[in-house]
Amino acid sequence: MEEIASLFAGFAVVLTPFNLLLMLIGILLGVIIGVLPGLGGANGVAILLPLTFSMPPTSAIIMLSCIYWGALFGGAITSILFNIPGEPWSVATTFDGHPMAQKGKADEALTAAFTSSFIGAIVAVIVITFLAPLVANFALRFGPPEFFAVQFLTFASFIGMGRGSPFKTLASMCLGFALASVGLDNVTGQLRMTFGYEMLLNGFVFLVAVIGLFGIGEILSSMEEGLSFSGAHAKIRLNAVLETWKQLPKFWFTFLRSCLIGCWMGITPGGATPASFMSYGLAKQFSKNSKNFGKGEIEGVLAPETAAHAAGTSALLPMLTLGIPGSPTAAVLLGGLLIWGLQPGPMLFVEQPDFVWGLIASMYLGNIAGLIIILTCVPLFASILRIPFSIIAPIILVVCAVGAYTVNNSIFDVWMMVVFGVIGYVFVKLGYPLPPLVLALVLGDMAEGSFRQAMLLSQGSLGIFFSNWLVSSIMTLGLVLLFWPGIRWVIASLRKPKPQHA
Amino acid sequence: MHGNEGSGDEPGLVSNRTMDIVVALLLLLVSSIVIYDSTRLGFDWRENEGPASGYFPFYIAVILAGASFVNLARAVLAKGGNGSDAFVTKTAFMRVLAVLVPAIVYVGAIQYLGLYVSSAIFIMAFMLVLGRESILRAALVGIAVPVFLFLMFEVWFLVPLPKGPLEAYLGY
Repeated sequence: MEEIASLFAGFAVVLTPFNLLLMLIGILLGVIIGVLPGLGGANGVAILLPLTFSMPPTSAIIMLSCIYWGALFGGAITSILFNIPGEPWSVATTFDGHPMAQKGKADEALTAAFTSSFIGAIVAVIVITFLAPLVANFALRFGPPEFFAVQFLTFASFIGMGRGSPFKTLASMCLGFALASVGLDNVTGQLRMTFGYEMLLNGFVFLVAVIGLFGIGEILSSMEEGLSFSGAHAKIRLNAVLETWKQLPKFWFTFLRSCLIGCWMGITPGGATPASFMSYGLAKQFSKNSKNFGKGEIEGVLAPETAAHAAGTSALLPMLTLGIPGSPTAAVLLGGLLIWGLQPGPMLFVEQPDFVWGLIASMYLGNIAGLIIILTCVPLFASILRIPFSIIAPIILVVCAVGAYTVNNSIFDVWMMVVFGVIGYVFVKLGYPLPPLVLALVLGDMAEGSFRQAMLLSQGSLGIFFSNWLVSSIMTLGLVLLFWPGIRWVIASLRKPKPQHA
Repeated sequence: MHGNEGSGDEPGLVSNRTMDIVVALLLLLVSSIVIYDSTRLGFDWRENEGPASGYFPFYIAVILAGASFVNLARAVLAKGGNGSDAFVTKTAFMRVLAVLVPAIVYVGAIQYLGLYVSSAIFIMAFMLVLGRESILRAALVGIAVPVFLFLMFEVWFLVPLPKGPLEAYLGY
């Protein structure tokens, strides 16, 4: 039970007035970010990252991760009250959450959503507490081939578990890798793909890409729909909270299933969005009231919210232990670690126990604080959405521009943000997924580095990726996931007589 | 997922299919640029160096090209389905341009006027022209936001943002 002792040491790190204050600020900012269109977990954290450069890393990550929890909570408010998913992972919450609000049961829906988010997050934090040290310990034995295999698995799982066209996922991912390779090659010192342009020397900064793809892209698509918010009013009565809580225990199996889906999808970077859809789909399939789904069934709110939070939270596990983020927001936090001078990966647990355990302890406290804040302040947050879009949109654009500029103090980055914004807008409309692009941009250098080191070790033989049981099992799993869409297609066409909708 | 949002009464400006083809072609262009530069760098095996600089980008670009060819072929061969749905209608496209063009002008202005002044002008213009807000409200928000940013970045966090003639005049 070494973990428990470390965890309490972590609580000791977190429980200073300064860190608690940052936690509250983080949660509040996070909820606002989650509610506002155009700002989400990933780009919200990316914009605020430069402001934390002067803080101690532990305090900085506590604040930034709390922004992430806040954003996860905030997405549910807009889905339920306004039928506008503030975040992609809360799309599934609109299916039953908004009908509930229309029936006048907004407070029940919100309570259910927040509580299940909380449960999902806490389960994922418990998983992190006990699993992360094991994974880190295990990963200490990793060499370059193992690291490359894990990175390969990461990207293969996007293809295997993605919901859209696997070829679009692949194209999006490769674009990310191609952009990551621009600039100085760390191994040979040669310039790649710069074509003499000095500003390309440092390559494309992924923080700028995140701000553009998610922030500007979303502003453009929100504008296109022509905005007029009309939503249900909500005030949460204590009575409704208690009533809803009384109903929850009978859904224990839905919670358990959703947590499992969420944790699995978070650790392997399937991500929160597919996790929430998958969990919703399964809940609908197995529920006794499956006909009521889509018309305001409370279970239809519980399932996706639990899974989305479990996934969003457990995405930090591979980020901390292996240096491989499970979601775009985790990728941004990883970028933060590098900037603060911390090397993510297994050594982090050995070299920076205060940082790691402080962060894990802050996940417990942050989610408890988040639940209390969000239950009490819903009317306040909902009123943000009544501010006309013509005021919010230019302010968000300005904030994004500031965020993009401060990453490297360069105007060129602000231009790149606009370009990435257009790419984000077009890609989302055509069904090219953005998370693989962002993760490839972040991990490109690392993946290339471990590949080259592995190749040097083996003198150019690809056999090194199958040289021992560990690396070969990871590689095999990766290959299966990579070809999963193909395998699924073959199975579906073998069963041709039955008309399949796949 | 898309259903037929907005395409009910208005003909689309471009169809999803056309945009799919355009994007696939652009990605093929990107991939050929990367392949071109990778061949300059070399993608062979070097003694004591391992794979040359162009090795990784080269194969990435080859995969990108392959995936884009499939996407291109699918879009070209696609009939019916949601391929013929509108990617964007004319009204919607105009709305997008109404943000995009001012945003581009705004970023351009930062270089000359500094970030604070251009932000103030951008917010005010946006609220007045697109939002049809009152002048008072626009002026209030337009000035409050840059002042807040100024305090936050220059004063509290000591992160300098681009400044222009006005700040120079005021002694910053």
